[in-house]
Amino acid sequence: MSTLLETPSDRLLAAVRQLLTAKGVMTHDEIAERIRITDAASPAQGARMVARAWTDPAYRARMLADGAKAAEEMDIPMRGMPPLGVLEDTAEQHNLVVCTLCSCYPRAVLGYPPFWFKSAAYRARAVRDPRGLLLEFGTVLPAEVKLRVVDSTADYRWMVLPLRPAGTEGWSAAQLAAIVREGDMIGTTFPRLP
Amino acid sequence: MGGVSKFMCDAVDVEPHVLNDFDREVDAIRALLGARKVMSVDELRRGIEAIPEADYLRLSYYQRWIRSITDNMLARGVFSEAELRAALEDTK
Amino acid sequence: MSALLAPGTVVRVRDDWPETRGPCHIRTPHYLRGARGVVEKHLGAFANPEELAFARPAKVLNLYHVRFVPAAIWPDAGGDALVVELFESWLEAAA
Repeated sequence: MSTLLETPSDRLLAAVRQLLTAKGVMTHDEIAERIRITDAASPAQGARMVARAWTDPAYRARMLADGAKAAEEMDIPMRGMPPLGVLEDTAEQHNLVVCTLCSCYPRAVLGYPPFWFKSAAYRARAVRDPRGLLLEFGTVLPAEVKLRVVDSTADYRWMVLPLRPAGTEGWSAAQLAAIVREGDMIGTTFPRLP
Repeated sequence: MGGVSKFMCDAVDVEPHVLNDFDREVDAIRALLGARKVMSVDELRRGIEAIPEADYLRLSYYQRWIRSITDNMLARGVFSEAELRAALEDTK
Repeated sequence: MSALLAPGTVVRVRDDWPETRGPCHIRTPHYLRGARGVVEKHLGAFANPEELAFARPAKVLNLYHVRFVPAAIWPDAGGDALVVELFESWLEAAA
């Protein structure tokens, strides 16, 4: 392995940028455009899907069958993105997503992965000590609810479809989407009223 | 990392961390290399796993990525070690 | 590709450690090697990441969601079920 790889990272980036643009692999404009596209993906996208699933049973069924198609239906760009699986929470069972091998994350619908999702502590503990882990997010899972942990190891990306909180009867999809946060769709927290 | 004992007592840092320009540019370059079939996500991961453990733990998330990307560009012959050395000189 | 495994099929993850034999990239977590699980669902077929990682021609393999009992892997485990994506090349019939 080349010892040049030990060069400080900001200099590696500058050199790689210079070489890739000089060789026509990509342009500066394309890099800037890609940053804009990635910045635009955010948990608000996934939240719109969750809110619609809470208010539209037919959409809910389609979302559980094929998350990527259901995302496209909401005008979320999925081209070139990995398949998206949706994990349904029920009164009896709660889902928690982790990627123990790296940090696979449903970026198309949630944006950049949060810092904690990429941390060694989260990745190690989610599979072995998930209840203890949830407590650190302020989440107490009732003892009678089964906890199902999904380790995202291969080609799929996974999001959780959480339970709709009580007290939101009659709310519009837009009102509901506003209360769904990033962690609610990974399973570290539950949606709650503001 | 799954279930590895030495991390079991580590608290999770649940605070938000804002990405900086370095992070976002590395992320974008990775995405473009993937879209153009110049480097698969599996090659990125292999390159990250090839980082010696002491360096791995010292480097930030996207610092690992730029190191793996550079490693893969050399392995694929997208640029040579001599070209990389010259380009690094320019960054001094 | 091999014949599809039906949901409910009991399988064992191969107790193999290619990491000890040289450079490789394996998407089957260490903690599952040798573990018994149950096929939950066929997720589709995808190019083998062990080949893709080295930019080599990759065979298309069936991918499954397989469910494990965490307490059978770690005595102190806290969850009730653990579900992992695994390629058919890592699954064998459970004895």
